[in-house]
Amino acid sequence: MEISITVNGTEQRHDIEPRTLLVQFIREVVGLTGTNIGCDTSSCGACTLHLDGESVKSCTVLAVQADGGAITTIEGLAPSDDELHPMQESFREQHGLQCGFCTPGMVMAATSLLDENPDPSEAEVREGLEGNLCRCTGYHNIVAAVLAAAKTGRGGTAVEVAQ
Amino acid sequence: MSILGNRVLRTEDPTFLTVGGTYTADLDDPLLAGALHVTYVRSMVAHGVITDIDLAEARQSPGVVAAYSAEDLADMPPLPLAVPLLDPRQGRPALATDKVRFVGEPLAVIVSETPEAGADAAESVWAEIDFLPAVLTPEDALAGDTLLFEDKGDNISLDLSFGEDDDVFDACEVVVEEQLHNQRVAGCPLEVRAAAAVWDGDRLVHFGSTQAPHGVKATLQEWYGLDETKVRVKTPDVGGGFGPKIGAYAEEVLLGWIAKQLGRPVRWVETRSENMVGMGHGRGQWQTVKIGGSRDGTVQAYRLNLVQDSGAYPALGAFLSFMTRTMASGVYDIPEVQFNAKSIVTNTTPTVAYRGAGRPEATAAIERAMDLFAAEVGMDPAEVRRANLIPSDAFPFTTPTDTVYDVGDYERSLDLVLDAAGYPELRADQAARRAAGGPVQLGIGVSVYVEVTAGPQAGEEFGRVVVHPDGTATAYTGASSHGQGHDTSFAMLVTDALGIPIEDVTISHGDTDEVARGVGTFGSRSLQLGGSAIHEASGLVVDKAREIAAELLEADPADLVLDVAGGAFHVAGTPAVSRSWSEVAAAAGPDGIEAETDFKSASPTFPFGAHVAVVEVDTETGLVRLVRMVTCDDAGTVLNPLIVEGQRHGGIAQGVAQALYEHMQYDDEGNPVTGNLADYTMISSTELPSFELVTMETPTPLNPLGAKGIGESGTIGSTPAVQSAVCDALSALGIRHVDMPCTPERVWEAIRSR
Repeated sequence: MEISITVNGTEQRHDIEPRTLLVQFIREVVGLTGTNIGCDTSSCGACTLHLDGESVKSCTVLAVQADGGAITTIEGLAPSDDELHPMQESFREQHGLQCGFCTPGMVMAATSLLDENPDPSEAEVREGLEGNLCRCTGYHNIVAAVLAAAKTGRGGTAVEVAQ
Repeated sequence: MSILGNRVLRTEDPTFLTVGGTYTADLDDPLLAGALHVTYVRSMVAHGVITDIDLAEARQSPGVVAAYSAEDLADMPPLPLAVPLLDPRQGRPALATDKVRFVGEPLAVIVSETPEAGADAAESVWAEIDFLPAVLTPEDALAGDTLLFEDKGDNISLDLSFGEDDDVFDACEVVVEEQLHNQRVAGCPLEVRAAAAVWDGDRLVHFGSTQAPHGVKATLQEWYGLDETKVRVKTPDVGGGFGPKIGAYAEEVLLGWIAKQLGRPVRWVETRSENMVGMGHGRGQWQTVKIGGSRDGTVQAYRLNLVQDSGAYPALGAFLSFMTRTMASGVYDIPEVQFNAKSIVTNTTPTVAYRGAGRPEATAAIERAMDLFAAEVGMDPAEVRRANLIPSDAFPFTTPTDTVYDVGDYERSLDLVLDAAGYPELRADQAARRAAGGPVQLGIGVSVYVEVTAGPQAGEEFGRVVVHPDGTATAYTGASSHGQGHDTSFAMLVTDALGIPIEDVTISHGDTDEVARGVGTFGSRSLQLGGSAIHEASGLVVDKAREIAAELLEADPADLVLDVAGGAFHVAGTPAVSRSWSEVAAAAGPDGIEAETDFKSASPTFPFGAHVAVVEVDTETGLVRLVRMVTCDDAGTVLNPLIVEGQRHGGIAQGVAQALYEHMQYDDEGNPVTGNLADYTMISSTELPSFELVTMETPTPLNPLGAKGIGESGTIGSTPAVQSAVCDALSALGIRHVDMPCTPERVWEAIRSR
């Protein structure tokens, strides 16, 4: 069936199998591979992206459910090609990533977290990221990155919305 | 001023953060255009005789191109042994042949146009299997009533028995014994296994998610009977390894054969549920510790007997006991140390290396033994440790199990961590809570550890440095980064030696055509061996460049200096007249200036440290909450504190995970019951505090960087500290030991069954 989804500001109209998951649509149909698949039980959060301004695990959404919606993936977060989003900048400065596999999902979950709670405590950051697993960092620097991004006041999706 | 020792931000990060890495599943290499998808059909039975595998329906399934089982592979040999010392009678076929030996073992393979078609067809494969009893415990394996490999005659995969002497223990005032289970855990890199293969003429090109591209190449050469020019392994970004991605698995090795049959490229990306049963597990030791000494706290004798679970097909896991023996007596000067180990085969997923690989098991055993001994003689566990530490003036120190420690100051690391943790205040807090008698009690765990990196034998790694005519540089390394930040660390070494800015240095790794030879990244070896090779190759490049610059400046090479700050050569005392790297490299010709070396360390290095864990245990529910984790980890000279701290954080978290949460479990019939990330309790952000790190640097004399490995230390120190903290919280209730993982259920059960 044919669906139309706006991905990072560009309309994507495609004929797809009804069983196609949103993550498959993004990776295989649209061809954006920054969004990763790390499990098959909706446990790891590597596939987290924004659907209509809220973070979702794109392995638990059918592409048809997103028909008519707007999606932002990691590729659409930075304000320009030579600029990082404050959350991306913060992850880099705090060494909040190692192998990089959980990173796109983690960054998307983190920006969404700050939308909901612009000034979270450490415990609130840890609660907010519970659904995103990382094996490399022990979460220490990820939490530090989110707290530092919150301090900038620009760690949420305000940057995206302004586009 | 040198760039080394600074918190240099990672050069690889902007890509990871903006478009994501390019992992094997993401590859769109032209060679892989039109690649078919490979799906493995896996055994649902732990142990049984295969009487028939019917692929007829699968072959007719829509979108299926081909399907194969072991009978199609009759001309191919068993897979190369993971370690040459393993018994070929316990060798592994690429697809289950005659018998299945674990749930998850590949029985058949489906090749299809899409992954969905493969998944559908896999459901229609019918395997007739006559069940055999599943061998799961040391008792069953050693009894040998059911054998996994009849030709072998027993279920033993490695015997490291050295004998027992009870006399030394009989002479001790105090002797304590305990059974410990160092449970099986899953590696859980966020990227599962994935690989692709294609024939480029008569040359096999293999892409894969691995820690050791040259090791994979060697395995492929051996299985396919190809010389080294006929195999190329390319490793794109790798989403974590932690040990299980060191070797080449059956599912990967077979891809070249499939591609050959069909004349098309093929790609395999497993699911997480497959990964949990198909990729090797870590740990898996049943240990018995016996420790004896005098009432003043002096330990005189220690014995560690263990059974190591190899899983169904012996691989690196069978040899973990060897590493455990290497580190058996830890940081302590114990006159008598005894060690006996048998590795067994069981009807479970094969075991392999996992962060620490045999050393966390050694540390967990000796540290638990020290706690039990301290409790028995009525001393503070930190003070019993201090009383038995190898003194700082005793290095190099040879242990009773023949290991030579390079350098260390264990007491200082203990002092630093106790001070940072506020140990006396913690004990006072604990006493106050006990006196108050509330349900939530405090537990304090202390560990002191030493481990072996870039070992257990002397290691080596390849490095090559090229300065191009435009003044930029490329360094080639046999190490293979999968999150360790080599692009940054190794570039820092080139910048330090040559004065070429870090943004002009490129690191090449993972492609066996680009990197002539190499070993890979595991065992915390990369910086000390691979980094030292880059450092030395850089020095050789400077030597060559000096000769050329001398000609350009019409001077004696001996009078020339390299101004590292400016990246140019000049005669000593006259910096105004100089020749830049681009001028010198261009003068050398179109290929610039290059040098290569294989850095070989005379022996391994021995990082050490001390950890303090603080937990709160709810004695009504059994819930354990880790409150603080304070660690001192000494890995010698630190090149980039940012990256080293990150390695420590990740290591600590995995140790906490084993101590409190993670356990790969099977039911009585050998069915995995923690076979996905919903059932396997992989540690998350809410279960951890931020860590408190204490810095200490004792350089090793064994390499020019003074560096030891840091990748595994965190795990080795934290696992016993956290377990000890739980046991410490319960000690007032008369409980002296709880096995890992210290889950609420286990803690509650221990309290209830007092």
